[in-house]
Amino acid sequence: MRQRSLIAITAALAAGALTLTACGSRDDDGGSDSGSGNKTVVIGVDAPLTGDLSALGLGIKNSVDLAAKTANKEKTVEGVTFKVEALDDQAQPSSGQQNAVKFVADKDVVGVVGPLNSSVAESMQKVFDDAKLVEISPANTGPTLTQGTDWQTKKVRSYKSYFRTATTDAIQGPFAAQYVYNDAKKKKVYVIDDKKTYGAGLAATFTDEFKKLGGKVVGTQHIDPETKDFSAVVTQVKSSGADVVYYGGEYPQAGPLSKQIKAAGVKIPLVGGDGIYSADFIKLAGAGGKGDLATSVGAPVEELPSAKEFVANYKAAGYKEAFEAYGGYSYDSGWAIIEAVKKVVEDNDGKLPDDARAKITEAVQNVSFDGVTGKVSFDEYGDTTNKQLTVYSVEGGDWKAIKSGTYTG
Amino acid sequence: MNELPQQLVNGLLLGSMYGLVAIGYTMVYGIVQLINFAHGEIFMIGGFGALTVYLYVLPDGTTMWIALPLMLLGAVIAATTVAVGAERFAYRPLRTAPRLAPLITAIGLSLALQQAVWAWYPDAKQSINFPEIEGGPFKIGDVTIQTGDIFLLIAAPISMAILAFFVMKTRTGRGMQATAQDPDTAKLMGINTDRIIVVAFALGAVFAAVGAVAYGLKYGQVQFRMGFILGLKAFTAAVLGGIGNIYGAMIGGLVLGLAETLATAYIADVPGMEQLGGQSWANVWAFVLLILVLLFRPQGLLGERVADRA
Repeated sequence: MRQRSLIAITAALAAGALTLTACGSRDDDGGSDSGSGNKTVVIGVDAPLTGDLSALGLGIKNSVDLAAKTANKEKTVEGVTFKVEALDDQAQPSSGQQNAVKFVADKDVVGVVGPLNSSVAESMQKVFDDAKLVEISPANTGPTLTQGTDWQTKKVRSYKSYFRTATTDAIQGPFAAQYVYNDAKKKKVYVIDDKKTYGAGLAATFTDEFKKLGGKVVGTQHIDPETKDFSAVVTQVKSSGADVVYYGGEYPQAGPLSKQIKAAGVKIPLVGGDGIYSADFIKLAGAGGKGDLATSVGAPVEELPSAKEFVANYKAAGYKEAFEAYGGYSYDSGWAIIEAVKKVVEDNDGKLPDDARAKITEAVQNVSFDGVTGKVSFDEYGDTTNKQLTVYSVEGGDWKAIKSGTYTG
Repeated sequence: MNELPQQLVNGLLLGSMYGLVAIGYTMVYGIVQLINFAHGEIFMIGGFGALTVYLYVLPDGTTMWIALPLMLLGAVIAATTVAVGAERFAYRPLRTAPRLAPLITAIGLSLALQQAVWAWYPDAKQSINFPEIEGGPFKIGDVTIQTGDIFLLIAAPISMAILAFFVMKTRTGRGMQATAQDPDTAKLMGINTDRIIVVAFALGAVFAAVGAVAYGLKYGQVQFRMGFILGLKAFTAAVLGGIGNIYGAMIGGLVLGLAETLATAYIADVPGMEQLGGQSWANVWAFVLLILVLLFRPQGLLGERVADRA
């Protein structure tokens, strides 16, 4: 009896599942054939939407959403409606890879914006590349992602479908070193990183340049990002006599680290990369965080003329979360996909071709437009041609841009 | 500056916090032979209980001298309610089941509590700032003690003294000892073992709540995942000290805290160990220590042989 009901349930489930799949595929066909020629395509977003880094992730999601809405409103691509579908990678490489597989399996996805973390990107690149599905990260700064593991000696592009609108740590670390040594006049640095792809890479490029300039590294530490207790590290910083701390990593650790350093009576600034350039860093670091520095990619979004409209539109759209450090880059990443779809559709008599994904990837390589963050185009490695960076300082509970420039080796 | 005294203080502070949470593991294990893996989450709930009092009960700008006792009360109420509820609804129905069943329930409960706070507490998807005590830091020679640590420094020994008094001198405490030795005989002697078990869960939760307030003050923030790693560490501390032994939990906590801190500070200075030092390796060394202790003293530092009960 019991066995028979089990069989019945299994059969019912199987039948249900088959019916659903059938529905799904019929919908797909219906969409592309519909007489009005209006086809809905999906721009995927992969970012941490929950967890410690969700402030940055939600900013990315909202900004891409805004790009899609704007394109739909302005009918940027005739006959194509854009939809955004966001998946949560929780900043975990394994989740990122699963999301990539999901995006590839969904035929309507024409491009993906994301992820936030370089380590997550590493797990996704091959999946997307095999499917010729374009991926544009607004935030990855690890140099190896575009230029291969031996990027310092021999640059090789590993994945043709991977692009990014953020500059790399090969530029960001040295830029910070130059500011800290030349402008802030700090000579003795204590370097801390979280051993992740992003943090360790940033700390290494910073250290190289800082030493080259004549600065002294008085100590190094690697922290475990799962911990909140940095007391042992803080004590070492204190006794090392450093006049500045450089941290390669992200704000969930950088904020408490800065707080604990200052609480121990060591009044020296903590400097980090774009991973700490978040309003949440200021919240976590508390009052002692005043004077801490961060470098971030591009010019300050609020000040570029091309960005004013973005900021106004973002406000008008009423998103709950701020666009954060990568909002402008996410909008531009989304827009690069939209521009590429437009080009492909126009070349194919107003319809998406069968091999749309491959064509769109090719088109992204050649896009060029004035975006929120300046000129958006990509070089032969998939890196942005926009090499601008900005140093921000914590003043009065907010990040204030204090120096913008282009890094020159 | 001579770093060692400061590092020892750092280690003792971290260790006291492990110890406070470890007491809950050790007492529950001592009495019902259950490793309550949800205990880390009881600790986390305590932190959020204190935060709730501060954010939603007290008027804005209440001075910490008034707020702190009330927050502590909030933490204790939240933690004990959840712990006693867990005992009643998750563990008691499984008391006669094979030992694996309550263990799995504990792991499930731990995830459920985490997700509940994550989903229902406003802003708990990220770290939430915990109120600070103004003033400080204080200096004694080379050693700096931060204001947030003073609570821990005072609360840990006082909690231990109260616990020792309770277990040794009160009727319920002696009942706990009796139940730990042999629950069936204790029952025959007229001890209400069900009540004793509830008391063990509640007491563990009280100390976890004190630890959680200390955590909030020390690190200035709480998050829904704070119980996971700290719970594992506290469990390790309980095993290190000899699980079932209350003093062992505190000693185990202190040893673990010191080991982590000293490993962070000094391992990298040992020639040939440069790659194995630093804070990211602290956990590795803590567990190496645990393995070494268990190799040579399987019952833990202060544990007794329990061969007759195995």
